[in-house]
Amino acid sequence: MTRIFEPFQYGFMIEALLVAALIGAVCAVLSCYLVLEGWSLMGDAISHAVLPGIVLAYIVGAPLALGAFLSGLVCAGSTGWIKTHSRVKEDTVMGIVFTGLFALGLVMFSRVQTDVHLNHILFGSLLGIERSDMIQATVTASIALCVMLALRKDLLLYCFDQNHAKVVGMNTTFLHYLLLSVLSATIVAALQAVGIILTVAMLITPGCIAYLISDRFDRMLLIAVISAVFSALVGTYVSYFLDGATGSCIVLTQALLFVLAMVLAPKHGLLAARRIARASPVTVDLP
Amino acid sequence: MDHIAQGIDLVVQDVTVAYNNGHVALHDASFSLNPGTICALVGVNGSGKSTLFKAIMGFVRPVRGTVRIAGDPVKAAHKKNWVAYVPQSEDVDWSFPVSVWDVVLMGRYGYMNFLRIPGAQDKRLAMESLERVKMTEFKDRQIGELSGGQKKRVFLARALAQQGRIILLDEPFTGVDFKTEGAIIALLRELRDDGHIILVSTHNLGTVPEFCDQVVMINRTVLAFGPTETTFTEENLALAFGGALRHLRLDHTDVPGAERNELVVLTDDEGALVVGAGGRLERRKARNDDQKAGSEP
Repeated sequence: MTRIFEPFQYGFMIEALLVAALIGAVCAVLSCYLVLEGWSLMGDAISHAVLPGIVLAYIVGAPLALGAFLSGLVCAGSTGWIKTHSRVKEDTVMGIVFTGLFALGLVMFSRVQTDVHLNHILFGSLLGIERSDMIQATVTASIALCVMLALRKDLLLYCFDQNHAKVVGMNTTFLHYLLLSVLSATIVAALQAVGIILTVAMLITPGCIAYLISDRFDRMLLIAVISAVFSALVGTYVSYFLDGATGSCIVLTQALLFVLAMVLAPKHGLLAARRIARASPVTVDLP
Repeated sequence: MDHIAQGIDLVVQDVTVAYNNGHVALHDASFSLNPGTICALVGVNGSGKSTLFKAIMGFVRPVRGTVRIAGDPVKAAHKKNWVAYVPQSEDVDWSFPVSVWDVVLMGRYGYMNFLRIPGAQDKRLAMESLERVKMTEFKDRQIGELSGGQKKRVFLARALAQQGRIILLDEPFTGVDFKTEGAIIALLRELRDDGHIILVSTHNLGTVPEFCDQVVMINRTVLAFGPTETTFTEENLALAFGGALRHLRLDHTDVPGAERNELVVLTDDEGALVVGAGGRLERRKARNDDQKAGSEP
């Protein structure tokens, strides 16, 4: 019985749980916008593309967040540029750009002597995190969260109807780059928890779960945050007994919640769809 | 609504728009609209209709020429909330998690502070706009749970709440039933009488003579512009549409005691335009008959 409560006796576990919950919440808020804007692949791309920026920032001693941010902008910017100047479609361009940048980051990493393990960057290391990294992740995540909550209605309109946003005098270019910046900042924080490879899960799964369950944005935000925080806590807790793989446990919990939502969601779930199909007589829509 | 819109005019002068890849979508387009008019923007797909809309909305910057709204550049006009836009149904993500009320309130964003918290005035105007399009009872529906006509009315309500003086409508009648089409036209007429400029981009040639005062015919440039009676002619349509129109010339000489009763049906696979003897524009009285217009003159 005492084994169940054992993790809570350690300071590092409590800290890891709190940080995981905060990062989960920030990613969840962002994920709602990414899912609605169709930026899932963008999230995946930027989360990989930040690696060279992080290595570079490490070399010159700048904050890793800054390096990641610039790297993310390079990824988004060059994707946009190549798309408008060639006949290749955007998702294809993105695939090339982010894998290229990720590979560049790996090559740079192998040439630089660091005291950071590559594994920690690739897979996260919440249970063995340095205090300075933890503070950096917390600050970055908090700023991203405040910006998103303050501008949540502008960002929502940006995702919903850019034309209208423009004609009521909103600066959509600014909002585009703001969303990109928030994405980069959030990725830096998420790296600490789950690492580069699994960050994209944190950036889309909570939003997807919420999108299945609710069709009002404010409720969607709430559901996304609750599911992400729950997953972060459960994943971190379980990983204590596995002696690691914290990020994977968090992401796995999210994936399970997604499956549950997909089957059980009140209106858009599989069971609901079947119930509706059975309840209504067969109708054929005539044009 | 509260006010009769004051004189805001729209002047498009020598506008040329080229895209990054060098494609010139529109060249030397000129026309101007005075307050209190419904104007149709007619042309084939790819003729530059949407480019012209984008130029008026400030989405593309003309390489040459200017768009001026009440003498101001478009950006300044947007700050004053003068331009409202009603999107084409296909351009809206109907599964987006917003309610009818949320969408109408978006019309007020330009008036709200940066946190976009609606004030009493915003809520009142949003409510009045919903009443005006008769959508009050659907206020809390998610937008995907509406019929085609209701969807259109929600976005019209948003334009009303915004109190735009120039209202751009993109294909307002696609997916809209016959009755709603009439209701929308009635509403547009009211707005025109209030002094608004209504610019409608449409394929539905049959409705144009019914409710549009003016017509801009476009194919890469403005081919013709003027009052519907004199501009929306068979010759100009042939010019604008070329081979893209279905052209049925029906000559009913079998009516006993009648003169030759020639009838031409022009259609772009949407509402057909019926041109009577001598180029007279037939207003569609039996509106739901437009698909069968040829069989029963």
